[in-house]
Amino acid sequence: MHKIWLIIQREYLTRVRKKSFIIMTFLTPLLLAAFMVIPAWLATISDSDETVMVLDESGLFLDKLESKEDLKLIPVAGSLDQAKTVYQETDYTALLHIPKLDLDNPEGIRIYSKKNTSLQVKFRLENMLENEIENQRFVASGIDRDMLNSMKANIDVTTVNLSERGEQDSNVWVTSGAGIIGAVIIYFFIFLYGVQIMRGVIEEKTNRIVEVMISSVKPFQLMMGKIVGIAGVGLTQFLLWVVLSTIVVGGVQAAFGIKPAPTPIEQLQAGRAAAAGEEEQTEEAASNSETLAEVSGAIANLNFPLIIGCFLFYFLGGYLLYGSLFGAIGAAVDNETDTQQFMFPITIPLIISFIMSYTVVIKNPDGPVAFWMSIIPFTSPIVMMVRVPFGVPASELLLSMALLVLGFIFTTWIASRIYRVGILMYGKKINYKELSKWLFYRV
Amino acid sequence: MSILRIEGVTKRYANHTALDNVSFVIPTGCIFGLLGPNGAGKTSLIRIITQITGADSGEIYFKDQRLKPDHIKDIGYLPEERGLYKKMKVGEQLLYLAQLKGLSKDEAVARIKEWVARFEIKEWMNKHIEDLSKGMQQKVQFMATVMHEPSLIILDEPFSGFDPINANLIKDEILRLRDNGATIIFSTHRMESVEELCDNIALINRARKVLDGPVREIKDTYKTDTFQVIGNGRLLITSPDFEVLEQHENHGVFRAAIKLLEGATPNDLLRYLIQRVEVHSFVELVPSINDIFIRKVKETHHA
Repeated sequence: MHKIWLIIQREYLTRVRKKSFIIMTFLTPLLLAAFMVIPAWLATISDSDETVMVLDESGLFLDKLESKEDLKLIPVAGSLDQAKTVYQETDYTALLHIPKLDLDNPEGIRIYSKKNTSLQVKFRLENMLENEIENQRFVASGIDRDMLNSMKANIDVTTVNLSERGEQDSNVWVTSGAGIIGAVIIYFFIFLYGVQIMRGVIEEKTNRIVEVMISSVKPFQLMMGKIVGIAGVGLTQFLLWVVLSTIVVGGVQAAFGIKPAPTPIEQLQAGRAAAAGEEEQTEEAASNSETLAEVSGAIANLNFPLIIGCFLFYFLGGYLLYGSLFGAIGAAVDNETDTQQFMFPITIPLIISFIMSYTVVIKNPDGPVAFWMSIIPFTSPIVMMVRVPFGVPASELLLSMALLVLGFIFTTWIASRIYRVGILMYGKKINYKELSKWLFYRV
Repeated sequence: MSILRIEGVTKRYANHTALDNVSFVIPTGCIFGLLGPNGAGKTSLIRIITQITGADSGEIYFKDQRLKPDHIKDIGYLPEERGLYKKMKVGEQLLYLAQLKGLSKDEAVARIKEWVARFEIKEWMNKHIEDLSKGMQQKVQFMATVMHEPSLIILDEPFSGFDPINANLIKDEILRLRDNGATIIFSTHRMESVEELCDNIALINRARKVLDGPVREIKDTYKTDTFQVIGNGRLLITSPDFEVLEQHENHGVFRAAIKLLEGATPNDLLRYLIQRVEVHSFVELVPSINDIFIRKVKETHHA
């Protein structure tokens, strides 16, 4: 045990002291903060105001189109050619030309500009014109706009969980989000640090230190020491990220008084609001604050101890399961370019479970696909994480956990058999047949 | 007393036999040569002694105890394939390897200091291994091998990669360690390189032991009672006690290989020569281990 501990220490310390580790650890929270703060900051310094000249030959929009704070409309008169000449001499953004229009078939509206018109300006102008044309059509067909608005329905269904703990407001976005975030982190963690195990083993092989090492320790100790040491590196990095991100983001917010950019959930809500059109904005704002309250309520109602507990378990379980296999690959080859053929079968279940997580599983977290994938050890670390926030029966959770433990004991056994033969094998191209023989070698 | 007793060790791999019923004894406190051509099975045997692999059959006794994991800390092994962690500093690396051999941190630090003083490499301690020259790396590796003061030191092809100065340094260290009571096993296919150092040897060829014993005895067994004589004059041997195997003459200086026949002694030959020529040099032609090996291998092939 003492030797394994020494190995763990070495693996941990040499990696934690590496420049790349330190840079990654401090840079990532800064980048994260930048991603949150910069869009918010950009939004506050609104673009330079746009000014658009409007030549309305139809007379339909006169006085109807109102200037907005950052989009000024300047009506001009005269012919199009005259307007164009005037426009050329100004530094206005664009010239909007509305020819004589048929209300039923409004065609021929053009925007002239010196530079390419931005999409935003185009959309906003289109939106204004559309609204105005609709209004005019309502008037023409005798429908009262206010009446129409009062007839429109806007429904937002509040989801409520009925469980032993009583009714709880839930929010599908929040629940899915919590699951996906956990799954994504586990996925990347397995990949990033699994590959580090593999590299470490290859390094020992190519440096030829391995024979010195295993004349002092057992191959199994060397392998497990490496796996556990690197797990420690990963956990350290993860915890530092959480802590540093909180500090940095909090600090930036406090220092600049900037609200972070909207979360994806808020963005989605905002997207719906935008789709609903400009007129309902006030209404939408009210429902937005409602949604925000609902979201924060749903966040508060997530079973955090369970989610975090499961996260740590699947985080480590998945890592150990795949980590030992990565170690075995490292032992079987002489250099990194030979790893491809063996990496493939390991990465496939990982990638499949990742893709299925945010397609099938998230849509139907209790369906058969979700169930089986969250039970099978090779996919459960990722898929179960998505399911956990939705609530999983204790029996299923325990079954999945037990199988994961059995799974990593099994892969570790296989890996250690391959490892002890592989690390002393040089200059031989290994195939699967050869590998399977190693499992039963007497060493 | 023997430090190592190898009894009927056999090791087979999928399609070849690496060791076939090999037995010999390594006495305590000697320098032992484990000799044989490449692929003879030397490294397989060493890996069994260092418990990297296990034998299929046969037993090994270390200090009269069956070999067990605990013995590892009393064995130092320098593999033919040298290697260290390139990104680690020399000091850390030595500390790590010494601790893995069972030294406590304090002991390890004290030993490192001692060795650093002996090899005068203090300024290297904080350098990364990858920044050292090949020869320096070898020195560090040698230190790592013997740092825990094992009673058995196994050196696989020890002088490959050393320049002559460092090779001599290492030779002196090996002799010093032997004088301090350690037993050293040299494994090499370059037999001439260790002949002068070894007290005992075992020759291995094609997985089998061909010959073993004290070097002096082996040479005695294989010596042919042949002497090389260099001198002035005209050499003409007519005595039935001696046989001239080879003779050259150049500007009045002759060089001859003369074999003593049944019953004759070297002194008889010398007396005979002195009466006829002026003797400048009289040396027994002792077969080298290499010669003996080749003869022995030929014998076993014909047998």
